[in-house]
Amino acid sequence: MSLQLENVTKRFGDFTAVDQLNLSIEQGTMYGFLGANGAGKTTTFRMILGLLNANEGKITWNQKRISYATSPEIGYLPEERGLYPKMKVAEQLIFLGQLRGMSKSASKRAASEWLEKMEVSHYETKKVEELSKGNQQKIQVIASLMHQPKLLILDEPFSGLDPVNVEMLKNAILEFRNNGATILFSSHRMDHVEELCEQLSIIHQGKQVVSGSLREVKRSFGRQNVRIHSEYDLASLASIEGVTNVQQSIEGAIYQVETEEVAHELLATALQLGPIRHFAIEEPSLQDIFIEKVGNVHA
Amino acid sequence: MREFMLIFKQAFITKGKTKSFIITTGIMIAAIFLMANLSNIIGAVQKVTSSDETETLYVVDESNQLFDSLQEQFNIADLDVELVLSPKDQETLKEEVRNDEIDMLLTLRLNDGRSIESTYYSMKSMEFTLPMMIEDALQSIQTEMKAVELSLTNEEVQTLFTSVQFETESLSSSSKSEEELNQARGLVYVLMFLIYFAVIFYSSMIATEVATEKSSRVMEILISSVSPVKHLFAKVLGIGALGLLQMALLGASAFLAIKTTAGEAAEGALSFFGFSNMGMTTIIYAIVFFLLGYFLYATLAGLLGSLVSRVEDVNQVILPMTFLVIIAFFLAMSGIGNPDLAYIKYTSFIPFFTPLVMFLRVGMLDLPLWEPLLSIGIMLFTIFLLGWFGARVYKGGVLMYGPSRSLKDIKKAIQLGKE
Repeated sequence: MSLQLENVTKRFGDFTAVDQLNLSIEQGTMYGFLGANGAGKTTTFRMILGLLNANEGKITWNQKRISYATSPEIGYLPEERGLYPKMKVAEQLIFLGQLRGMSKSASKRAASEWLEKMEVSHYETKKVEELSKGNQQKIQVIASLMHQPKLLILDEPFSGLDPVNVEMLKNAILEFRNNGATILFSSHRMDHVEELCEQLSIIHQGKQVVSGSLREVKRSFGRQNVRIHSEYDLASLASIEGVTNVQQSIEGAIYQVETEEVAHELLATALQLGPIRHFAIEEPSLQDIFIEKVGNVHA
Repeated sequence: MREFMLIFKQAFITKGKTKSFIITTGIMIAAIFLMANLSNIIGAVQKVTSSDETETLYVVDESNQLFDSLQEQFNIADLDVELVLSPKDQETLKEEVRNDEIDMLLTLRLNDGRSIESTYYSMKSMEFTLPMMIEDALQSIQTEMKAVELSLTNEEVQTLFTSVQFETESLSSSSKSEEELNQARGLVYVLMFLIYFAVIFYSSMIATEVATEKSSRVMEILISSVSPVKHLFAKVLGIGALGLLQMALLGASAFLAIKTTAGEAAEGALSFFGFSNMGMTTIIYAIVFFLLGYFLYATLAGLLGSLVSRVEDVNQVILPMTFLVIIAFFLAMSGIGNPDLAYIKYTSFIPFFTPLVMFLRVGMLDLPLWEPLLSIGIMLFTIFLLGWFGARVYKGGVLMYGPSRSLKDIKKAIQLGKE
């Protein structure tokens, strides 16, 4: 049960939205798909869903092409709310469940179970437009996974949710993955991706700039952060060869270094200036990698 | 097919359950009953308001011989106006009319040729009935007087006024007799209005539905489960079924309303609307042309609705379509007096006008069967063509977001639909 994208390219006229994209997502794993606005995430999702055809390359789900026949196996959460504003919550969920191949009674049962689970069962007879954005998002998530899809595609699932609800949703999604579903999700929130995803990709203007497991990505980034806290002025350390970036903090500074040797040199030099209170070599955060690769602050 | 039925049911039931739909239908049914009982209601209201005061017409008779005859005429005509011969002079009474002390004033005198000269004074500027009746009454008084002068007998007077036997008869093979035409006109008029209203109402409903689904992004979920083409036609059929239901409700209540008012007026209304005879064929044609017109415009509306990404832009993008319906309506209206005109004939074969204009001709004229059949054929072909084209636009249109609100986007949508 795996999703494969091989050399997928999508062009709109002269504009290349997605360029030679390769993804391989194993069953039961969660894959993070990162990119700035307009990087080609939604286009990729639409191609996976079969709404758009790729100009080049191949997309397969369990060695089969995705078509309307496979639609009951797939769950999709669009970026903005994808619900009828005037329809009542329960009716809507039952309708969408049936559309994904469930029988009416099964759909009814699943809807009430999930509403219960997400602690929103008291909204059952409310119209969607009467709900807050966070609650709409919950309903939206229920709609995307109530039919027990094998492949779940989530476009920005956590947007508009408060921390408590983010936790609830994360747990629901993790539980879903543990039951064997394959999940692909996009997000602007690096911390969510770092926490949830085994594998990830960063795409920038349609090109895949980073891909692999979280550890691989961090290793291959080739840089580490050195955090030093001291009461002395550490500004002179920035001139040491191998230091690529300095970020001042209240208690000291964070230096981005190319190799571990540079980190040791930093420590030695800092100690010459005076005593230090804190020294640590840290892995780069996904945020650092993203900003470096995408080159802007959209994250 | 399963998904098709789901979307069909969803369009039919959710739309049918909305408050706005139920309220609109309710208001229309109430209006029908109100219209059917209008004469009764007006009668009742008149009884209440007018029973306590009859109007009084003050008369100044300078000839001193006309008043009695006038009174007699008024009695014969059974008018609700009391005549009072006033001893006051003309100027005083005119002043009283101005000051609203009395309602109306009539002066009567005979001139040298012994003809009646009369003036009616009142503060109301828009009054037709009473002055006309007075004139008629005075006319017959004068005729009688002259007959006496000329020593004519009653029979002789009668012969003088024998009216000409005049009838019109059209020799055109497609014409109905004048009597039939008058009967057909009422029914055609009402049904034409209904078709016009329904086509505009339901097709803009489709466009709005599609745009709502797009703007709320539920469309992306729908078309990842159902092909856009299936979705479009399920939606068009669903709303169409709802339209038929509404029309049937209105038709039934109109029938009921007229039946239950069972008075002379109702009988009159029945025959005026041509229900008593030859109404059935016209009604069947009305249903056929309503359905064809609906499918034509609904497909077009779905296509146009798929181009915009915000509900606010729907009206703008369906404007050209609305114009087509309005043109069709005006053509048909202009032809209701004379459906034999050449331009009416030619435009009745243009598919966008057929539902109204051909219906007018079929209802008003005895057309050879091939004419409506040909126009129905042309319409079916156009609907098919538009459906095919619409599906292509729709496929891309539903994925298109951004500030798209012009017809130029059709090309873009087709391009996107192919990809």
